[in-house]
Amino acid sequence: MSHPAVADALRSEQYSIPAGHAARRTAAIGFAVGGLGLIAWLALAAAQPKQAAFSWLVAFLYFSSLALGALFFVLIHFSMQGGWGIVVRRLAENAMATMPLFALLFVPVLVLRHELYPWLAESASSSHLLHGKAPYLNLSFFAIRAAVALGCWSAIAVLYFRASRRQDRTGDTALSVAMRRFSGPAIVLVALTQTFAAIDWIMSLEPEWYSTMFGVYWFSGALVTFFALLALIVVGLRRVGLLVDVVGVEHFHDLGKLMFAFTVFWAYIGFSQFFLIWYGNIPEETIFFRERLAGSWHAASFLLAAGHFVVPFFFLMPRTIKRRPGPLAAGAAWLLLMHLVDVYWLVMPVLHPEGIRIGLLDVAAWVAVGGLFVGTFGRLAAGAPLIPIRDPRLPESMRFENF
Amino acid sequence: MRTPFDALLPDTGPYFGAVAEFASPADVYRACTRVRDAGYTRWDAHTPFPVHGLDAAMGMRRTLLPWIILVAALGSAAGGFLLQTWVHAYAYPLTISGKPYFAWPAYIPITFELGVLGGAFGAVLGMLGLNRLPMHHHPLFDVERFARASDDTFFISIESWDPKFDPVATVALLRGAGARSVALVENRP
Repeated sequence: MSHPAVADALRSEQYSIPAGHAARRTAAIGFAVGGLGLIAWLALAAAQPKQAAFSWLVAFLYFSSLALGALFFVLIHFSMQGGWGIVVRRLAENAMATMPLFALLFVPVLVLRHELYPWLAESASSSHLLHGKAPYLNLSFFAIRAAVALGCWSAIAVLYFRASRRQDRTGDTALSVAMRRFSGPAIVLVALTQTFAAIDWIMSLEPEWYSTMFGVYWFSGALVTFFALLALIVVGLRRVGLLVDVVGVEHFHDLGKLMFAFTVFWAYIGFSQFFLIWYGNIPEETIFFRERLAGSWHAASFLLAAGHFVVPFFFLMPRTIKRRPGPLAAGAAWLLLMHLVDVYWLVMPVLHPEGIRIGLLDVAAWVAVGGLFVGTFGRLAAGAPLIPIRDPRLPESMRFENF
Repeated sequence: MRTPFDALLPDTGPYFGAVAEFASPADVYRACTRVRDAGYTRWDAHTPFPVHGLDAAMGMRRTLLPWIILVAALGSAAGGFLLQTWVHAYAYPLTISGKPYFAWPAYIPITFELGVLGGAFGAVLGMLGLNRLPMHHHPLFDVERFARASDDTFFISIESWDPKFDPVATVALLRGAGARSVALVENRP
């Protein structure tokens, strides 16, 4: 059974990128910039392998969290039978389908593992705590967990991506039902692997430190940043004349609400983590915040509390902000920047305990991974309509209104 | 019998207002745009189910409620924080598990919870206040047919304290807007 009514009522220029449109160049520009970044990173990496490894990790974590946030959004949207977001779901699908790229971009982390993870060193076994953690923190188990996590995310992302595109052609509503049924178990899988990934890739940089909340902290940051990215993409597409008749003020409003809600959730989790560690006052736990309150890192911590919570909390609160593309995009861009501060703040104090030191390698790695991410996204977006044109509930999504 | 509180209510004169009956959502929607464009401000529409877009057709402005909630939430959060600061840092300074007297992180959970509580009270009480609830009786309930507002009929009521209200012109407007019937509602003595 197909529902061609909506797809027929819209002209194809309204929901896909027309041939010759400037947006079609996104892929080429992304890959070119990313390639240049990659060459710069490789050229600089030989001299400073440790800095190169940490810079790459920051960039990898930043952009992979966007893809992970997209994956969560698509799965949650299916499991909740969401109606409003169907018009933006295809954009999220394109973002999550970059996941196989991140499986590839994880290779430098594995290659440079000795620069990053102190528990890999021979001397680690002399620490009683690390000796006790050795059954978990060892190279083969680490590699297996990374393979399972990245494999799991890539497989789920590609499956949903393909099923959604098949529905564009066939209009088969059974696909919607199947994607909804599978979304529950998929959320469990992604949540578990994502928690272990956060523990492995970030927390184990300081292997003696632990926080049971860390997985949720990573999840909350990933999701708020993905909503910011999605809002920015939607506003940007409308500005270049795409999706103008499809995505409107009501969808901006919902994206703004989600950005606002997950900003609060991020702050709630971030503060709870700090609060329990502060109250417990156990040296191997407090070391994390001691490092991040020393020297110029103190300013970064303050910036995070103010810039990732207080400012967006009050900025995104009024309804008028969320319903206007300009202010909404400004808030989204700010949150994307704050997430970068967050990732940098999580990773870099391990390498530079004396203070913030941003170098060329940081820029090169970020441009490399970012360019490849944008390029892949642009390529996927150009390959199909920007909305799932045969989704049975697309009309509902286009007509919905906030009260 | 008059009570001292009557002075607080608007002076409505002999009539409470005019009430008009409509047969369909489309009729009441069109009539709402007419009443809105005629410049009335103290009036309401009554429908058995939510009619999409009726608030826009009525020209309703956004409610003041979010601001009430914001002030209530921020006020009670600030109050909670200051109370804890006064108690722990000034009135009864005690050393608890080696923390300083002014241990602000420990105050945050209660500050947060009080912010939520204050916001919730602001929302519920503000909503009741803006709707002038609880109200034990409403003059429209004296109109027998008005009971059908919860069944199959659509109504518009224009209250007499609206500056534009006029017993003759208002009834004529509602009739002209497609009402099935229009009645003036008297105030009970």
